Amino acid sequence: MKIALYASAAVIALTSAAVARDQIQVAGSSTVLPYAKIVAEQFGETFTDFKTPVVESGGSGAGIKQFCEGVGEDKIDIANSSRAIKADELETCKANGVTEVEEVKIGYDGIVFATDIAGPDFAIEPVDIYKALAAQVVVDGKLVDNPYSKWNEVNPAFPEWDIAAYIPGEKHGTREVFETKVLEAGCDKDALTAAGVVKDDLAKTCHAVRKDGKAVDIDGDYTETLARIDSNKTGVGVFGLAFYENNADKLKVATVGGVVPTTESIASGEYPVSRPLFFYVKKAHLGVIPGLKEYVEFFTSDDMIGPDSPLAQYGLVAAPEAEREEIRAKFAAGTTM
Amino acid sequence: MTEATMSSAMSSAAATPVRRDIGLKKRHAAETRFRLYGIVAIAIGITFLGLLLVSIVSKGYTAFVQTEISVPVFFDPAIIDKDNVRETNPKVLQTANYPVVARNAVAAALGIDKTEKKAMKELSTFVSDGSRALLRNMVAANPALVGTTQTVSLLAAGDIDSANKGQIDLTVPEANRKVSDLQVEWLNTLKQKGIVTTGFNWGLLTFGASSRPETSGLGVALIGSLYMMLIVLAIGVPLGVAASIYLEEFAKKNRFTDLIEVNINNLAAVPSIVFGLLGLAVFINFFGLPRSAPVVGGLVLTLMTLPTIIIATRSALRSVPPSIRSAALGVGASKMQMVFDHVLPLATPGILTGTIIGLARALGETAPLLLIGMVAFVADAPSNPLQPATALPVQIFMWTNEAERAFVERASGAIIVLLLFLAVMNITAILLRRRFERRW
Repeated sequence: MKIALYASAAVIALTSAAVARDQIQVAGSSTVLPYAKIVAEQFGETFTDFKTPVVESGGSGAGIKQFCEGVGEDKIDIANSSRAIKADELETCKANGVTEVEEVKIGYDGIVFATDIAGPDFAIEPVDIYKALAAQVVVDGKLVDNPYSKWNEVNPAFPEWDIAAYIPGEKHGTREVFETKVLEAGCDKDALTAAGVVKDDLAKTCHAVRKDGKAVDIDGDYTETLARIDSNKTGVGVFGLAFYENNADKLKVATVGGVVPTTESIASGEYPVSRPLFFYVKKAHLGVIPGLKEYVEFFTSDDMIGPDSPLAQYGLVAAPEAEREEIRAKFAAGTTM
Repeated sequence: MTEATMSSAMSSAAATPVRRDIGLKKRHAAETRFRLYGIVAIAIGITFLGLLLVSIVSKGYTAFVQTEISVPVFFDPAIIDKDNVRETNPKVLQTANYPVVARNAVAAALGIDKTEKKAMKELSTFVSDGSRALLRNMVAANPALVGTTQTVSLLAAGDIDSANKGQIDLTVPEANRKVSDLQVEWLNTLKQKGIVTTGFNWGLLTFGASSRPETSGLGVALIGSLYMMLIVLAIGVPLGVAASIYLEEFAKKNRFTDLIEVNINNLAAVPSIVFGLLGLAVFINFFGLPRSAPVVGGLVLTLMTLPTIIIATRSALRSVPPSIRSAALGVGASKMQMVFDHVLPLATPGILTGTIIGLARALGETAPLLLIGMVAFVADAPSNPLQPATALPVQIFMWTNEAERAFVERASGAIIVLLLFLAVMNITAILLRRRFERRW
């Protein structure tokens, strides 16, 4: 019984001793997680006065939800996100007292289509990918299960290859980009509506990928996709730009909408299949949580997000120099959303 | 057997000509079949356990060794403190570019000219960047090291470590693997000179989380798990034992206590993530305890193991024969004396076993920790249970999500460590029961 008393006394003592937090807390996107981990680790090693930030993963949505719970030491400081914060999320934030949110862009994530180096050139339009990989397509005004089995049936300019595409699995953040920037872009919504698809189902129908084995979900990393293309020389794979660039001797990249994916064309937005990566900072926590300001400054420095940085080495597409300057200037000025 | 029965039946056949068919053959066959099913079931179980262990151990045993490069390192004042201000501003020793110091040391051992940019760049991915913390800590402990030459065991980078362990296929074209031909050549040269060695990977047990495989370890996770187990022990055991003594020995048996018993049994089967939700709502949002802290994890796991402890304790108390109680009461002991002096000591082995099994379950639990922020990248070791930490199974989960080759073996290595802990706990439970159990 005595032990129980002591134990409960200890718990109460611990509870009341609400210690000031001296560690930055970050949560959010698993796409941004590896980048945030590298920065957090180097931040801890470089700034010995501050502790290494704690980085939770759990997805952009979950991270932003936690971020918007309120202001205070028991709430996280930064939410990583692989998409821009939505208007309703920002409203929730404001309703909970998180009125000043600073948006920091860290760079871009680009995805490319590539085939074996020995194959012919591919000039892909989103509509080709949609026609080749969608579960259902409109033929003669009717919605039917995807009838195409060879690439040249989709577009006569393509070789007579069996359709075999290795696309990111549904747990990948890249899948969302693939769905919205490629499938939805290539999907003719008017034709779908004419074929009798109700408005609420449009996006779902556009995003649905065929399940007959011609589109293969890859849940591992790009190495697995590469191995698939190695064994099937007529396969088409989806890769991160950085991965393709490291394996340019084995892969031939396809143009999308006539644009060759390069760091420049992705950064300028000319190449369509890319997305910016962000993190969001609570302005109210700057200057309260030790090291938060320094962490953001460190993250946005060229040592971290520049073209030769460790993040770029891991696969981040660095924003162009002018934009990086702008990101830093925006944070220095304290611009909120 | 059957024939013997038959022949003895034959000899007495003359006396009893009509034999009743009692289906002996059928029943024997049924028994044999049943035994066979049992053996098959156990064999399947053992096969899968064996497969699991073999796959984990074969993947994971390499995690316990680490490639090291032992070279004389010259703590070059020109790099560490080029303006010679360390007397007045010791901070320069903290922020100095130690990786360059390490790289130069390896370059010297290989006879590479420091001005060869390409070679030096490849060298930077040959030696781990963890040398920054290693050398800085050496200098911080003894600033007089600056300007001297010391032999230091530097860690090889994760990919080099994998190559040295033969986990990278060196026959594929150079451009398609993480380790270049030049680096392989260096590795072989240094191995011949005895500079590159493999030693026991203490880092696996001491380092915190890291984005570099070679400097990532279970340190933070071990401390976090230890704190949580201590909290479960300190809070869960007294609460659980007190509750079960009251329910078993003092409480009246009525509908209300039946209801409590049903609820406790149900709680034991509630999915653990539910306790995580509770922890988030109560301990973090209401009591304001810090996120990612082992104290919250410990409290959540306490709630989770409490039903297990209560159930085990109650059955241990129930197995003490009533004669002991009657005897104690008969010689004039009060009810309280009877419980604490006679029943409880006899029930202790059962209580201990239940507690240890509950603890072992809590040790392997990840789901409730997800919601309270303990599934996280935590690099610094916590000095008290209020500071962020992770737990052993969480670290395994996070490593299996990593892309680098060297994390595969580490994840399996961590599983081996976790299994060892679980085995030790369960064996302790068995030994305690054997040692103290009394049979009536």
